[in-house]
Amino acid sequence: MLEGIMIGLSAAFSIQNLLMVVAGCLVGTFIGMLPGLGPMSIIAIMIPVAITLGDPTAALILLAGVYYGAIFGGSTSSILLNAPGVAGTVATSFDGYPMARKGQAGKALTIAAVASFSGGTIGAILLMIFAPALSSVALLFHSAEYFALMVVGLSAIAAFAGTGQVAKALMMTILGLILATVGEGALFNMPRFTLGIMDLQSGISFITLAMAMFALPEALFLVLNPARGASGAEGGANKITGLRFSRAEARAMAPVIGRQSIQGFFIGVLPGAGATIASFLGYAVERNIAKGADQAEFGKGSVKGLAAPETANNAACTGSFVPLLTLGIPGSGTTAILLGALIALNVTPGPRLMTDTPEIFWAVIISMFIGNLVLLILNLPLIPYIAKILSIPRNYLIPFILFFTMMGAYIGQNNATELLILVGLGVMATIFRFADYPLAPLLIGFILGTMLENNFARSMQLYRGLDFIVERPMTLGLLVLALLLVLLPSYRARRARKRAEGVADGD
Amino acid sequence: MALDRWIALIFIAFCCIYGYLAYFTMDDLLPPFMQRNPVWPSTFPKVLTVLGIVVGLVVLLGLEKPSGDEQPSATDINYRRLHEYKLGQALMLLALMVLYALALRPAGFLISTTVFLIGGSAILGERKWYVMLPVAMIATGFVWYLVQQVLGIFLRPYPFFMGT
Repeated sequence: MLEGIMIGLSAAFSIQNLLMVVAGCLVGTFIGMLPGLGPMSIIAIMIPVAITLGDPTAALILLAGVYYGAIFGGSTSSILLNAPGVAGTVATSFDGYPMARKGQAGKALTIAAVASFSGGTIGAILLMIFAPALSSVALLFHSAEYFALMVVGLSAIAAFAGTGQVAKALMMTILGLILATVGEGALFNMPRFTLGIMDLQSGISFITLAMAMFALPEALFLVLNPARGASGAEGGANKITGLRFSRAEARAMAPVIGRQSIQGFFIGVLPGAGATIASFLGYAVERNIAKGADQAEFGKGSVKGLAAPETANNAACTGSFVPLLTLGIPGSGTTAILLGALIALNVTPGPRLMTDTPEIFWAVIISMFIGNLVLLILNLPLIPYIAKILSIPRNYLIPFILFFTMMGAYIGQNNATELLILVGLGVMATIFRFADYPLAPLLIGFILGTMLENNFARSMQLYRGLDFIVERPMTLGLLVLALLLVLLPSYRARRARKRAEGVADGD
Repeated sequence: MALDRWIALIFIAFCCIYGYLAYFTMDDLLPPFMQRNPVWPSTFPKVLTVLGIVVGLVVLLGLEKPSGDEQPSATDINYRRLHEYKLGQALMLLALMVLYALALRPAGFLISTTVFLIGGSAILGERKWYVMLPVAMIATGFVWYLVQQVLGIFLRPYPFFMGT
């Protein structure tokens, strides 16, 4: 292993590969900031460039740099505009955007940069240690467990929605799952719920829904109530210089970063889970661990709430390289595209990669460290300029937000009907916001819906029925956990109310 | 009845329609060989319908008590004060977005986007034409260059009668 690391070091520190890391991170960050272009599409766009390089090590380093950069860039638009361009950064906007509205945009971006850096670096260290061993653990998870894991994830999101909101959050989750069934599923090859409309055949695109749920209502609210925008923009303009976080905040963040790097990495290792689930689960877990005032702060601009998903999604990105490099099985859409690029370069990832071409394996891991460092150095000085976006006058900012929202929905599909769907869903989301329904569960339900159904269907087919629930103890355990998560808050609330009533009667 | 309960009622109605499609129309289309599968395309939607109606009823009947410490802040959005808001501007912007969606293909990217950006600022009350025009045109040109030339995603720049 030590020998491999030395080979990797010498390969990664060649001038060409260093340039590749820097170039990849730069391109990734800037394109990732545009809502609508996620890591998957950016990597797909960069593949022709990577293949013309000819050198698989350099190509993989470039693409990995693009991947990190894109995730980081995506968090920028989540924080500043509440327009998450990537599923993995949706959770970042929960606390990042409130922070930016409080006029702490600079601080939020700094925290995001530091958390990403730590998550990525710790993830890379774990990758070095665990890559060989983890591949065997990942194989133990079957579709039944994935199904159960996703049910746990969905109920955790609803359960942590806050008191009095659990039923509403569940309702939104189910609506998200329903929206995910529109279109032609991979498993059945027949269009469902398209109402005969051709444009619905491919389903509702994730980007369109994300834009409609977050960016569009936010822009409309800015229009409806100018006071809302004024407080944020003025505060932002004044305090953009405040990039640093205090020592107390650093102390609050450190354990979160530690926990979430490890948790995020291991979730990332599981094929199919990836950065999205890692960030949501990281957020939910930290919110549940936090106590009292700390917990109430979540969703209103909590430092912990921002650091948790940012750390987790970067750690998970690193983790998702484990199944790719050790088994040749891509765990996510992004790594699937990377796999395609590798095969085009005549490299077959799999168990033999480490022994046959150790320089590729180790160079990629070493370049992850360099990539994270480059991202940090690149982004910290740029933050004041990026945060200035918020001080643009609203007469210009709002049309541009709307325009980028629509561009995001349009360039993914090249279909103008998508824009009409966007406006329709956006109006719906605005009404939901008025009625105080949480929208994040809807989007999460939508993202996980397809995976949930596929894994459910696969386990049903394997076991010819629902037997998998009883026959696989891990599945049963996870499902029971999910049920407890949903029922616990209402039980707790009832007990608290009973106690309060008892006191009132006693008086 | 508060707005959130109305939404729950609409949601239940929506689930009923969805459930009708899932329970009564989908299975007839299934080819015979797929009917031997333990899981059908309609299985998951059927489960969702039931869950959706149950959860919708919980919200509609208010079985879950709200926490009670709700204090709407001044900058937070509240539908009871809708009439104080600039509803007209918001509706006009939405109409402009629909117009943009319909015009994007026939009118081409450059013209429709410039018009959209200028129209958007004008609706919001901007009157400095000497700032709006150059800002909109430069931004449009820059985004088009980035998307079409750098990223290689096709966007038809000119109106339909000027070729692709």
